[in-house]
Amino acid sequence: MAGLELLSDQGYRIDGRKPDELRRIRCKLGVFTQADGSAYIEQGNTKVLAAIYGPREADQNMRNQICHDKCFLNCEYTQATFSTAERKHRSRGDRKGQDMSTHIKQTFEATIQTSLYPRSQIDIYLQVLQADGSNYCACINAASLALIDAGIAMKDYVCACSASLTKGKPVIDINHVEESSDCAELSVAILPKLDQIVYSELNGRLHANELPDVIDAVVRGCKDLFVVMDRTVREHLEETATTFTHS
Amino acid sequence: MAKAILGDSEKWFIVHGVQDDFRTDGRSCESYRHIELETGILSNTHGSARIRLGSSELLVGVKVELGTPKPQRINEGWLEFHVDCSPNAHPVFQGRGGKELSDNICSMLTRVYRNNTVMDLEALGVIPQKHCWVVHVDVLILECGGNLIDAASIAVKASLYNTGIPNISLTDGDEGEVEINLPDDPEDVKHLKTINCPVLVTLSKIGNRHIVDATDEEECCCSASLVMGVTRRGHTVGVRKMGGGSLDPESLTEMIDSGKKIGRQLHISLDKLLKIEAGMSEDIKQTGYL
Repeated sequence: MAGLELLSDQGYRIDGRKPDELRRIRCKLGVFTQADGSAYIEQGNTKVLAAIYGPREADQNMRNQICHDKCFLNCEYTQATFSTAERKHRSRGDRKGQDMSTHIKQTFEATIQTSLYPRSQIDIYLQVLQADGSNYCACINAASLALIDAGIAMKDYVCACSASLTKGKPVIDINHVEESSDCAELSVAILPKLDQIVYSELNGRLHANELPDVIDAVVRGCKDLFVVMDRTVREHLEETATTFTHS
Repeated sequence: MAKAILGDSEKWFIVHGVQDDFRTDGRSCESYRHIELETGILSNTHGSARIRLGSSELLVGVKVELGTPKPQRINEGWLEFHVDCSPNAHPVFQGRGGKELSDNICSMLTRVYRNNTVMDLEALGVIPQKHCWVVHVDVLILECGGNLIDAASIAVKASLYNTGIPNISLTDGDEGEVEINLPDDPEDVKHLKTINCPVLVTLSKIGNRHIVDATDEEECCCSASLVMGVTRRGHTVGVRKMGGGSLDPESLTEMIDSGKKIGRQLHISLDKLLKIEAGMSEDIKQTGYL
């Protein structure tokens, strides 16, 4: 779009944020009653629902994936038809969805302590209700909270954040408009307390000299996100504990 | 459909309970579970609604776009339904697992809305033969707790009530073509008249009696069910029998009468609720799933 600056001269982005500011994050655990674990997260206008089923006995059609010493993960990422500005019907099993599902599965294979659940299956289902940029990151955060809600053993929280580079400054938690521009897009998922990167993906071109700055910015963004997620989990725990003690 | 697994004694327990007009959760044969409804929760749609009927949860999003009218009806627009079963609801819906259920619900909705009296389709026409509004209604099933068809129809009516079609103005462009101008103000919308929109009422036959709003377990015990579309005035706009069992003609008429009465009551409560919600001021926060 001509004349649309991603970063104004005063240092503000299109939605009025500073370059190192995350969008408003609201999350809730235990949204569904039938799933073993569920969570809902809103990162600005990106809304994602995650549901976890498991650990459970492997399905008939997935018998060939059973491992004797660990569980296997099954992940499906779906986007609602009304999630984007233009209505788009996405069939199940389309390329983009499969791609995302594989990336998310990889991320959690590195986090969940799979050796504790031999011969079982854990299903991670993600449903994007509204997509406004950083879909992958919102999905990882939602799934992380849902796994905590399901009580599945993990090495640490997984927090994901995206970043881009405009006018030499790294900007984090990019929205759809910033994603569709020509800038590079880096998505990173980290284990905040262990300070380890479990997944990273870079689309577009970035100069090697600029890379460390962007990675620093995105890791800081992830740690800020961790603070929000941790607070939500603790509040949820307090609420649940009070219902037990008062009944 | 994601079926609950019940043993024989559990099935008998449910059947006997229904015969005494006392179901497992204490309801009578003709009462619905607790319904929670919220409209306007998705900001990038023209209308949306979220419903929670007992433990069933659905989300409906309505988007309108300009399209070409059908050749037999050049002055009218049309509605298109699409149902999607999210794997969040049940692992069997992964991949193509939910196709049968979603096709079922979609065909039921399309059938009852195809009626001329239900929706004023001429209000959706823009330029005869050239342009018209196509209303895409997308239903997303997030949790299966029984009675998805009724929940879907209530949410569809609520979301259509909430839908705002942009107020376009027509001006004469060059070469005799008419130009369509969209308004600048996103609030400049006209609402659809949903006064005659039907709701679907599912009556399930268990033993000798029929029940409304069956849960997952009750659906396992029912031999046959009747789905009927009922408008506000109690008129029937569509009937379909589902299930592997058979119904005798007497019970059929009984069920239809019952369905009409229940449908009318449902409309009255729904309309009242929608009016109250529309009248609430903007500083009531939308909670959605939070």
